[in-house]
Amino acid sequence: MEKSDLKVKVLGTWSSPFVMRARIALNMKSVNYEFLQERLWEGKSERLLKSNPVHKKVPVLIHGDKLICESLIIVEYIDEVWPSAPSILHSDPNERAIARFWAAYLDDKWFPSMRSIGFARGEDEKKAAIAEFEKGLVLLEKAFGNCRKGKPFFGGDQIGYLDIAFGCFLGWLRVTETTSGIKLLSEAKTPALINWAHRFCSDAAVKDVMPDTEKLAEFAKMIASKRRGEAPPKS
Amino acid sequence: MAAEEVKLLKTWSSRFGLRVVWALKLKGIQYDAIDEDLSNKSALLLQYNPVYKKVPVLVHNGKPISESLVILEYIDETWKQNPILPEDPLEKARERFWAKFNDEKLLPSIWGAFTKEGKEREEAIAAAVENLKFVEEELKGKKFFGGEKIGLADLAFGWLAYLICVFDEVTGFKIVDERYPLLLAWMQEFSQLPIAKDNCPPHDKLVIKYQALYEKLHPAK
Repeated sequence: MEKSDLKVKVLGTWSSPFVMRARIALNMKSVNYEFLQERLWEGKSERLLKSNPVHKKVPVLIHGDKLICESLIIVEYIDEVWPSAPSILHSDPNERAIARFWAAYLDDKWFPSMRSIGFARGEDEKKAAIAEFEKGLVLLEKAFGNCRKGKPFFGGDQIGYLDIAFGCFLGWLRVTETTSGIKLLSEAKTPALINWAHRFCSDAAVKDVMPDTEKLAEFAKMIASKRRGEAPPKS
Repeated sequence: MAAEEVKLLKTWSSRFGLRVVWALKLKGIQYDAIDEDLSNKSALLLQYNPVYKKVPVLVHNGKPISESLVILEYIDETWKQNPILPEDPLEKARERFWAKFNDEKLLPSIWGAFTKEGKEREEAIAAAVENLKFVEEELKGKKFFGGEKIGLADLAFGWLAYLICVFDEVTGFKIVDERYPLLLAWMQEFSQLPIAKDNCPPHDKLVIKYQALYEKLHPAK
């Protein structure tokens, strides 16, 4: 049987930006897949623990009997197994390296700094977290200018690896804007990224998997109160 | 065709820089090594890696690439001899997964065991034990993480082969012990490879460096 004919499933949640990466990549390749929803706030299922025993996290791509974990690794796997257009990664090694560099930056620095805004206690901590986060956005605005070469996306005419790596966070970014009361993507500091964000969310491969901001905000509230209720008192 | 210009900014002891050295040596690529003094970063480093201001940075025909795993993939895609990654997408994904596991889980936990104190140290050791179990499991039936030959994951884990013994000596505490026979065997195999034998920082110099760091972090009471 052709590798690309094997049954495809994605283990994940509708709210996870990392899961979204895998789904966008499959959508780009027009690959049909079954979405197996985990209810992580109720605990980790046997299915999840068996599929990803090392990290016990979503997403997991299930391709036939193969299990692939880690969202960016899944995206590259999808691009390699279904090599037909559109390509997710650029063919040039230098372009690929630039995209991978910024994707790693997003995961290692930028998204954690966004989460810090939500976890900040008191106005001073919040202000510091927002300042740090905005510094990152300015870097990304500049990177976008360099990567796009006048085209609509980081990937050029179509969305690519870095668009996916970054764009998946837009839902949570909007929730953070709502809860903090601050416009994080702004005309003043990030004019190009604001337009890019609209284009990304309208893309055919993205629009059905980008969560509704209000629904996400409600979900965030639910998780936060659960976390407060379950956290043991600090000794 | 114009001559290739390859530069590598690193330090004499950087474990992330060293994996890039190994990859370049494996592929027989000529390069200029520039050893940085991180307490006094050069203008070149700040120019080539403005985001992190860290080593290693590979500069190929004037174009800089940062982040060691990104550099390794770039090297493999640019110079095709002695591949670091296999052709098969699933095998590639597996190599990438374990390289990432080293950088995000194993290395930080062992580093935590070296640098932290009290409860934080206990937690780091517990995490390291858990992480080492996974690594041991992954080596079942294999000579290297890459199978018969080394690959991306081996290069990522390679620091264990020469640095763990330094940590053992400095702390008097063996973290990779007889519970991990496959990993110990792998460390032996890796350290015997020509790229490792000829390109590791001198053991004694490393002991001095990490002894000094350890004493600074854990002043005698």
